[in-house]
Amino acid sequence: MALQLTNQTFRISDRNRKFSKKIGELSGEKIDLCYQCGGCSSACPMTSHMDLLPSKVMRLVQLGMEDVLKSRTIWVCSTCLNCTVRCPRGIDIANVMEALRQTLLRGKFNHLDLDGVKREDLREIPPVAIISSLRKFTA
Amino acid sequence: MGPNDSTVTIYVMGKRYEVPADLAIMKAMEYVGYQFVRGCGCRAAFCGACATLYRKKGSYKLQVALACQKIVEDGMYIATIPFAPSDKRIYELDKIRPSQNILLEYYPEIARCLSCNTCTKACPQDLQVMDYVQAALRGDLKEVATLSFDCIACGLCAVRCPAEIVPYDVAQLARRLYAKYLAQTSEHLVKRLGELKEGRFDEEIQRLKGLSREDLTKIYEKREIRV
Amino acid sequence: MKFAYYPGCTLKVTAKSFEESAIAAAKALGLELVEIPRWNCCGTVHALAKDDVMHYIAPTRILVRVEEMNKQGLLSENFRLVTICAMCYNTLKRVNSVVKGDAERMRKLHDIMEKETPYEGKVEVLHLLELLREVGFGKLTERVNNPLKELRVASYYGCLLLRPKSLSIDNSDNPRVMEDLVEALGGEAVEIPYRTKCCGAYHTVDRIDIVAEAAQKILKQAEEAGADVVAVACPLCSFNLGERQEEVAKRFLGFRKIPVVYFTQLMALALGLGEKACGFEENHVDPRPTLRSKNLI
Repeated sequence: MALQLTNQTFRISDRNRKFSKKIGELSGEKIDLCYQCGGCSSACPMTSHMDLLPSKVMRLVQLGMEDVLKSRTIWVCSTCLNCTVRCPRGIDIANVMEALRQTLLRGKFNHLDLDGVKREDLREIPPVAIISSLRKFTA
Repeated sequence: MGPNDSTVTIYVMGKRYEVPADLAIMKAMEYVGYQFVRGCGCRAAFCGACATLYRKKGSYKLQVALACQKIVEDGMYIATIPFAPSDKRIYELDKIRPSQNILLEYYPEIARCLSCNTCTKACPQDLQVMDYVQAALRGDLKEVATLSFDCIACGLCAVRCPAEIVPYDVAQLARRLYAKYLAQTSEHLVKRLGELKEGRFDEEIQRLKGLSREDLTKIYEKREIRV
Repeated sequence: MKFAYYPGCTLKVTAKSFEESAIAAAKALGLELVEIPRWNCCGTVHALAKDDVMHYIAPTRILVRVEEMNKQGLLSENFRLVTICAMCYNTLKRVNSVVKGDAERMRKLHDIMEKETPYEGKVEVLHLLELLREVGFGKLTERVNNPLKELRVASYYGCLLLRPKSLSIDNSDNPRVMEDLVEALGGEAVEIPYRTKCCGAYHTVDRIDIVAEAAQKILKQAEEAGADVVAVACPLCSFNLGERQEEVAKRFLGFRKIPVVYFTQLMALALGLGEKACGFEENHVDPRPTLRSKNLI
């Protein structure tokens, strides 16, 4: 199957299908239900820091394009679940974001480097912030 | 070996041996020719050098022991763990204070604790390791110090922890801070040290030093302890 | 009435005033919060992956403890667990609903937690706000002896009390519980549009810029609506909207600081429980000058 995306032709390979299926299984969400209404993108409070909008991420996951793993978006997500609540098709988009993060984290990749956090900060920040950021961003 | 001695089969690093049934793992390994240059120490379950993992034939369960103490069992598959790597943080005890967040500050990885209890299951001293790591996360230095008191830092919990925490390094900082800043000082001790410095016991100590071994033994056996 | 109470790490460390004011206020209403013995960190935020088992251990252990407490007769309100921290509420409630319906996962959890008694699935997780609403805001008003007259309070809910919808303590899009509480205490409830918009949460560790931007948007609305204070229900929101105001001020010219308090501190104030119970000295932007100007302290 070939698709015209702007002036590039993209063929969906087995590898793409596998990736898309994997994300679907890891999140337990029916990725194919997304009809690109953009509601998640408008609900998301973090879009100003993202390179890909949530609805774009969903589309790329549907097509199985692994480049989505290189985006900043999945690490900017704050799991506020606004997208999930808004989705008219009942997809938990935050869950899909988490599945994308887990795909990288389970390969021994750490997004957060605690060495970069100053000691004075560790003193001030509420433990719950340290716990949750380590939970979301480290392997 | 006499006619009443029995033997058991053990496997050290995969190789099979028959050893007397009443030996501890360390002695059994030396019996078959291994020489311990590292990974042994006091041989009295106090130094934590001889941490050992083993499995019994027919069981998937991973078990822990101290090689100097654990008597061999038939079908034991043994692996001694001479060292566990850790990143002990540098701190100056005189300069830091037991603030609420102090353990999290120096060992932020304790926030990764999953409460999975793998550390507790790995402890050959049967300590409540998970409980003290959780106490560390809560900032309860006294509880950490109390629960980790008998820890010999053998390394097994650190090797097994899925969150990559080294519990005993955290506990050591907690105990140091607790002892220095929080624990009650013994008034009697302070008073007695003062008396010693003043020289109140100098004469008596000199007298004892001058006694012969027999006289000293007699006095020692007749001593009274008053509470 | 005795409920099982789960504090969570932060309430014992950087958010002590939240816990102290909450316990004092609950007591004044006849609600005793019995702290769970030997509790462990709940491991917030909830792990969303479908195959996850490890991250369910910590919350499930807490639920087992509540069942144990019940067996020991420590509670009068059977199997009801109250939390004050919104993040702990969300994690515990989500785990509870998943494990109750997933026998396979429950079996794996019991296998790993071999030394614990199995979880029987009886516990109900509540947030303090839900409990207060159940008791009845009318009863609360009866006990108020220092009504928060002319105090304009902007309530900020954050995310985890209201989302996902299945565990929301109120209408996810248009909640009223905190505003109702403020009015029951005699204050003036101010609604700001961003009261349910994320504060940046855990980005406060390594992306302070994200938090500063989110906080500025929320606090500016509170200022424009004429609020005197912002009331929060989560220790992380309190930090992001409170302590992080320094970071906001660095980045946004003309930003005016506004006090951020816990809703339980307002309760303690209105119920006349005394300075210590209110714990206002811990708030980053001191609310006391404002409260003094309104003759509330």
